[in-house]
Amino acid sequence: MDINQKYTPQSWPDHPETATLEGKNKFIGFWLLLAAETVTFASLFATYLALKDKGPSGMEFSAAGLFELPLVFAMTMILLTSSLTSVYAMYHMKNYNFKAMQAWLAITVMLGLTFLGLEIYEFNHYVHIGFGFTNSAFSSAFFTLVGTHGAHVLFGLSWFIALMLRNAKRGLNMYNAPKFYLASLYWHFIDVVWVFIFTVVYLMGVIG
Amino acid sequence: MAHDAHVHVRSQAEFEYVKKKRADEMRGNLATFAIMIFLTLIAFTTVAAGFSVYLIVPIILLLAAIQVVLQLYYFMHMSGKGHGMVAFFMFSGMFVAFITVLTFVTIIWW
Repeated sequence: MDINQKYTPQSWPDHPETATLEGKNKFIGFWLLLAAETVTFASLFATYLALKDKGPSGMEFSAAGLFELPLVFAMTMILLTSSLTSVYAMYHMKNYNFKAMQAWLAITVMLGLTFLGLEIYEFNHYVHIGFGFTNSAFSSAFFTLVGTHGAHVLFGLSWFIALMLRNAKRGLNMYNAPKFYLASLYWHFIDVVWVFIFTVVYLMGVIG
Repeated sequence: MAHDAHVHVRSQAEFEYVKKKRADEMRGNLATFAIMIFLTLIAFTTVAAGFSVYLIVPIILLLAAIQVVLQLYYFMHMSGKGHGMVAFFMFSGMFVAFITVLTFVTIIWW
């Protein structure tokens, strides 16, 4: 049996992501990565909390006066919806419906791009009004935390696009099913981190 | 070989059953999504309503925690079988994360 073994919806396994040894290894290794990422983000959150509103005396920017909730609310809804669309993609992956999976992944990518566009707009706006990376300890901590999350969004999007293009003509098999599954786990994790960013940075920021 | 999988062709009845089970699970996920949207709305409204800071902060942190649990257990299937090691990894990570944040907001000051 080789990796190009053809399947039908009837013969497609219940858990294609862990049906092979390769898949099992990827699955466990990827969750270990996510646990490590949790710690990475925790250190950035801790740094941010310690340095919030700190900087040279007389600095003009503070969290309460800087953040705008409507934009953050839109970004939150977009990212949360993209999390659902990737659940739909995995639903179709498990039903061995390659076309539907690709379509839902495409929607996920579109939503992710919109999110990233809004984040770039937001950062550009801050830099424009003088709140750059080197403005204060606060600004450095803010851009490092939120920027690292943005970089994860960018990586997640590139990963989805690469998988979709690479496997466009191949269809689903035991070789790529775990890959699609892990990319979607990564995407959910990005949303998990964002939940804490909108809560700790933006919501707790505007109330001072 | 590492990519070998046991191929089992389901009977029609078996196939209909797993298909229905997956559709039910998807409906559950849709309900989870509705709850997440609702939690997010509450968090934003609480802040917009301008309650006391000492009331808002615990509420929105609790809402965030609930939303993360939903995301992990339903969207990321941590409630499914074979996720024992996964839970061990994630809870270890969260423990270290908690200690790190606690340290930076309490022991360190300037």
